[in-house]
Amino acid sequence: MNAASRPAEPAEARDAERDLRHKAVLEAPEIRRALTRIAYEILERTKGGDDVVLLGIPTRGVTLARRLAARLQEVEGKPFPHGSLDVTMYRDDLRMRPARALGRTDLPAEGIDDRIVVLVDDVLFSGRTVRAALDALSDLGRPRAVQLATLVDRGHRELPIRADYVGKNLPTSMRETVRVLLTENDGRDAVLIGPADGARDGSPSPARRPPARRPDDAAGSPDRKSAK
Amino acid sequence: MKRHLISAADLSRDDALLVLDTAEELAQIADRSIKKLPTLRGRTVVNLFFEDSTRTRISFEAAAKRLSADVINFSAKGSSVSKGESLKDTALTLEAMGADAVVIRHSAAGAPHRLATWVRGSVINAGDGTHEHPTQALLDAFTMRRRLGDLDGRRVTIVGDVLHSRVARSNVLLLNTLGAEVTLVAPPTLLPVAVDSWPCSVSYDLDAELPKSDVVMMLRVQRERMNAAYFPTVREYSRRYGLDAERVAKLPEHAIVMHPGPMNRGVEIAAEVADSPRSTVTEQVTNGVSARMAVLYLLLGGSEPAIGKEVSE
Amino acid sequence: MSHSFLIKGARLLGGEPADLLLRDGVIAEVGRGLDAAGAQVLDAAGLIALPGLVDLHTHLREPGREDAETVETGTRAAAKGGYTAVHAMANTHPVADTAGVVEQVWRLGREAGYCDVHPVGAVTQGIAGKHLAELGAMADSAARVRVFSDDGHCVSDAVIMRRALEYVKAFDGVIAQHAQEPRLTEGAQMNEGEVSAELGLPGWPAVAEEAIIARDCLLAAHVGSRLHVCHVSTAGSVEIIRWAKSKGWQVTAEVTPHHLLLDDTLVRGYDPIYKVNPPLRTAEDVAALRQGLADGTIDAVATDHAPHPVEDKETEWAAAAMGMIGLETALPVIQLAMVETGLLDWAGVADRMSFRPARIGRLEGQGRPLEAGSPANVVLYDPSPRTVVDPATFASKSRNSPFAGLELPGRVVATFLRGRPTVWEGKLQ
Repeated sequence: MNAASRPAEPAEARDAERDLRHKAVLEAPEIRRALTRIAYEILERTKGGDDVVLLGIPTRGVTLARRLAARLQEVEGKPFPHGSLDVTMYRDDLRMRPARALGRTDLPAEGIDDRIVVLVDDVLFSGRTVRAALDALSDLGRPRAVQLATLVDRGHRELPIRADYVGKNLPTSMRETVRVLLTENDGRDAVLIGPADGARDGSPSPARRPPARRPDDAAGSPDRKSAK
Repeated sequence: MKRHLISAADLSRDDALLVLDTAEELAQIADRSIKKLPTLRGRTVVNLFFEDSTRTRISFEAAAKRLSADVINFSAKGSSVSKGESLKDTALTLEAMGADAVVIRHSAAGAPHRLATWVRGSVINAGDGTHEHPTQALLDAFTMRRRLGDLDGRRVTIVGDVLHSRVARSNVLLLNTLGAEVTLVAPPTLLPVAVDSWPCSVSYDLDAELPKSDVVMMLRVQRERMNAAYFPTVREYSRRYGLDAERVAKLPEHAIVMHPGPMNRGVEIAAEVADSPRSTVTEQVTNGVSARMAVLYLLLGGSEPAIGKEVSE
Repeated sequence: MSHSFLIKGARLLGGEPADLLLRDGVIAEVGRGLDAAGAQVLDAAGLIALPGLVDLHTHLREPGREDAETVETGTRAAAKGGYTAVHAMANTHPVADTAGVVEQVWRLGREAGYCDVHPVGAVTQGIAGKHLAELGAMADSAARVRVFSDDGHCVSDAVIMRRALEYVKAFDGVIAQHAQEPRLTEGAQMNEGEVSAELGLPGWPAVAEEAIIARDCLLAAHVGSRLHVCHVSTAGSVEIIRWAKSKGWQVTAEVTPHHLLLDDTLVRGYDPIYKVNPPLRTAEDVAALRQGLADGTIDAVATDHAPHPVEDKETEWAAAAMGMIGLETALPVIQLAMVETGLLDWAGVADRMSFRPARIGRLEGQGRPLEAGSPANVVLYDPSPRTVVDPATFASKSRNSPFAGLELPGRVVATFLRGRPTVWEGKLQ
């Protein structure tokens, strides 16, 4: 799977450049197997998967949730409700960056009340994204239970959050970045490890700062001017 | 560096689409039992309304509160302002209260521009005289998009007192940015002298424009304009430029009828038209909250605004 | 200070360097290598010598609005700008429509001593446009009023304007019209055009000025009287005046420095520092005004110095007062707009800013050529420095200058009023 040999669109060309510095630790077949295993684990632990709703966290969590739902359907022969849950409005690091575009929140018609919600994300790192997802869920309804499925767990939790279903445990250093590529989003399936290239959505930045609300978050503080 | 939303021209095409897409997501809140998001917790939004406008003020208030912002309402009637306190002194008071954003409605064009030089927060123009009303244009575009889909190439006809309409000015600018084709229809007295320099077409013949329109937006016409000789009688104005059932029948199937409100039923729009399924008047009100939530979020939700016009200190 | 001054090596009207000996209030001698003989010497190498400037249009605000300016502060500003005579407009409180008020203003000017103050008398009582004021009484008063104007308002009633034009012939007076058709400009805030349409501000159409000028030129011709047009601001007005002059009619006109430099695109941003009556017009109008001043269709530069306190300008546009100060920036703006563009030389500047305005105002002792025997009203001007305008340094009480922050050329080094320096080394005396 040589990225350089495919016709490159601008985003992909950039990816290809980056990819040379990144090492693939999982390729498509391994990802496929991991998802299959997770699907069976879900069925096992939820005793057949009744009342399960899969909610993917945008962007790639949504793709994974869709794939999981398809896999579950293959196995059980019935459709599994799935959707997306955008957590941007609940993030605790909003004030550290310019306001960003929202992802889609698309709940299946069955809703989440009294259901087992399985949150699906691609990488579990600090746990803050999942914390935001839990807050978002509590404003949307009252699930019977919430579980977490992640393709990659790279450690370095900053909150007491753990995944129920893990595709691969990947010990990493804080200085490394982990990127998941999926065919639907990026043209290929891979999990890449590479050197730090700036803070990525959801992960703590190398220069860690407490995201608590500071008095100088208010408009007009000198700190604001330093942002560009 | 701070950013304001004072004119619809402050928004690039990307900015405008970002607002509409964000509004689309935020519109879902209205259907939830908990109509709240924590995003603007700790931010203070001041509604500075020098002109009476309960509806717009409530819309901004709801938008801010749904994002968990603190809202302070400052109405000029009966306050120290009506007793002669200047706009500047009011601004300095707000500044001392630490407003993150000031939503201002004022009868004088340019009041938001002046305010922006005296406060450090973001200034959102909720209507300044006959100049602009950008959040109205955003909610109008949002409404059109929800009903008709992508706005590129859509034909929008705006009818009425364009000369004195801040809604018309903002809509012409924003719709042009979004790729729609705008036609203004009015008697010549109610069009600005330099309207030919605007990015839109002009026509004096409403009936000719209706069959080509995807959207007809009716503007409010004040009866008092008759006394300043803008048109001879209200009856003649209605006859030539009013939207009645007969005219509505000339519209294409899918076309919608819009009005920023408040309506002069019987003058620019017939009651039956205002209440028909083509009319988007009530959804415009709902969409107003979503659009204003989007604007507040994009201006105040992050470390710095994601949209709007830059102002150097 | 001594009674005699020897100005060495100044370029008279921008021409060859020469010496000027000022003694006992007159220019005693003009030549080269003049003998000092007890006079204080001023090395004027590189400086331009002009006759003391004469302003046909200034607002000194006293009586009534002393918070904005007084006769003393206004004439100090005038002296700093190189002026030795100013005409003080009548829209004070009370209005200068009687001998009593004009004499008061005239006296205040003499007492302050910085600049000759020639009060302008109102045309109508209270500037209400209905009844003629006692023009004769004002003409006969100690103030010897010759210029009459309802400036701020237009004498719009055609009959009143006709009568006024006729009446002042008796004492060689002139009506100075503020041309603004009132009905066409009700609620107007800025020039009517593309920018006003964009900004949603009610517009002031050019025709509101031009129609009145055309009417008044025809009236003046009909009754055989002089007419002076205040602050011309549009290309159309220039054309009408050119036509009227071509018929031999006694029409004169003035233009402000700001109308020669600024246009209505500056109103974007709604900063009331640019709010003025007549409004800033388009770039095409600015070009036509410059050409009109260059070819003499427009006779004079007149500042229309209009001081306003800060609170009247730091508001929303619609609530702001109209007007800009201009006495202290007049010469630099003219240098920038007219001399540096090659449209006018310094002799032309002397003509438009001293000779002609003095003639129009019928001032005997002002606007005289720089030659022996003339009253010693002289200004020495250094055209070379370039400074950023800072209104905080102005002698005027008010700060509403649209040139704040702009870099303008030139600097008045000395102003002599009948041989006595009111400004020396750039400072007031």
